[in-house]
Amino acid sequence: MDLITVSGPPSSGKTSVLIKTIENFLKRNISVGVVKFDCLFTDDDIYFQKLGIPVRKGLSGSLCPDHYFVSNIEEVVEWGLKENVDVLITESAGLCNRCSPYIQDIKAVCIIDNLSGINTPKKIGPMLKSADIVVITKGDIVSQAEREVFTMKVQSVNPKAIIMHVNGLSGQGAYELSTFIHDETKHVETLEGMKLRYPMPAALCSYCLGETRIGKSHQLGNIRKIDLSDIK
Amino acid sequence: MSLDNLLRLSIGELFLKFPYTKDFFTDHLVPYEGHENYTVNQLFENMDEEVIEDNAINTELFITSLVEYIELMSSYFASNQETENTITIYPGFYKDGTKEHFKKIEITKGDIVSIVGPTGSGKSRLLADIEWAANMDTPTKRKVLINGRVLEPHERFSASNKLVAQLSQNMNFVMDLSVYEFLDLHASSRMVENKEQIIAKIFDKANELAGEGFSKDVPITELSGGQSRALMIADTAILSKAPIILIDEIENAGIDRKKALDLLIGEDKIVLMSTHDPILALMGDKRIVINNGGIETIIETSKDERSILSNLEELDKTLMDMRNRLRYGKRLKFEEEFKHE
Repeated sequence: MDLITVSGPPSSGKTSVLIKTIENFLKRNISVGVVKFDCLFTDDDIYFQKLGIPVRKGLSGSLCPDHYFVSNIEEVVEWGLKENVDVLITESAGLCNRCSPYIQDIKAVCIIDNLSGINTPKKIGPMLKSADIVVITKGDIVSQAEREVFTMKVQSVNPKAIIMHVNGLSGQGAYELSTFIHDETKHVETLEGMKLRYPMPAALCSYCLGETRIGKSHQLGNIRKIDLSDIK
Repeated sequence: MSLDNLLRLSIGELFLKFPYTKDFFTDHLVPYEGHENYTVNQLFENMDEEVIEDNAINTELFITSLVEYIELMSSYFASNQETENTITIYPGFYKDGTKEHFKKIEITKGDIVSIVGPTGSGKSRLLADIEWAANMDTPTKRKVLINGRVLEPHERFSASNKLVAQLSQNMNFVMDLSVYEFLDLHASSRMVENKEQIIAKIFDKANELAGEGFSKDVPITELSGGQSRALMIADTAILSKAPIILIDEIENAGIDRKKALDLLIGEDKIVLMSTHDPILALMGDKRIVINNGGIETIIETSKDERSILSNLEELDKTLMDMRNRLRYGKRLKFEEEFKHE
């Protein structure tokens, strides 16, 4: 079984791109399973189910979805092996754009959209910078020039990645994506001992533990203050 | 630029040699100010752990990416000379598996080719086959040669050397910039040398194409539909590197379509148009007819059709004139409007 981790900011079109890509896998008789990670709510599993493929979803609730992802990925791989699929795809949305769920030696795909603004590539951290493939969506509604500028910005933060334009609505580019997103010779049996590509950010303050009161006396742990002193 | 060579340079020397690397440091949130005499390794050795963690810097990835980026940019400058002149399409298969009957289709720069066929007939697939330079590895199994050869995998994946630029009806500007700032941004990202001249040229051409002129200071999001399209076409013709321009209809309103096509082919582009508008379709040298996922036939625009075109253009002009009269508060009179008939 090949494992592909897909990540990207919320509403960038991850599910639409994946559905079009999976349709192309299925046409070529490659079986696919999907596990969708989200925070509070998702009904994307229903869209995947319509393709007739095995789907599971995981809601992280009060936990950071990316931390939740790493704590569960081993079990997810076991599930994929049990379902006997050729390709297992995980889809997750980082909330703060700081984490990335990518694992060393496992294909990492980042999906971002043209509408997100030209400084977005800079803002997204390791999730974009350490991806193997960057898929840019919503190209059909912006001008050619904006597409070119956005592509250049992505390329300048991640020159190693293959950058692809895919239209999640029409499926343009999804066939091409399906041809190199999956490596038939790759067989993942376990993730035991493998490592994340980049550490998740430190976050352990009283608010992580459920504190709701505001004020210095309630702030414990890893606390940092904003600099609001006068600018000289 | 090998990794060893890179590691020997100071950051100041690096910026001097490859000016664009400065932005690379900035984009990766790597602070270098005041440390220009350090090598890259020294910079990281002396960097606060906390800065590395806060800015999510992956030092190893940064260095290998930097090498890659320099290589990429160098190849980008080098490839500026090479331009694609011809596309050759070899037959594949219809949706039902029968082989397409044409021998081969050759399209060269300066050509305008229309692509016609009912919705869902496979127009998009043909365009995608061209964009991807298909090598019998797409659903149609067609083969597309660029300048007589199959593209190497890295050429197909290249983000900066894309073959096809696209202009379609539902495209909008979304950036919050003035016309000038927008052109400046695009020209800077393309790293052209004579930037100001190019910006001026695009601006002039766009104004020529647009029914109503506009200034350099207008926000691009405030341009009318016709003005937007005029700016997009002029910008794509002059500044986009892609040798092939794909057009998905050009609406008749507020833009001189003949001039637009002339501008594109004048810039040595290959123009492919997916259209059912008779004026646009007949402006093409030939049209590819698609049905059931396959190319049925290729029709050269005949002399007879060309003469229809001039009639159509006259009709079109009549309509445009009427539209303009209405715009400026005039009344339309039957005898005046049709007196030349």
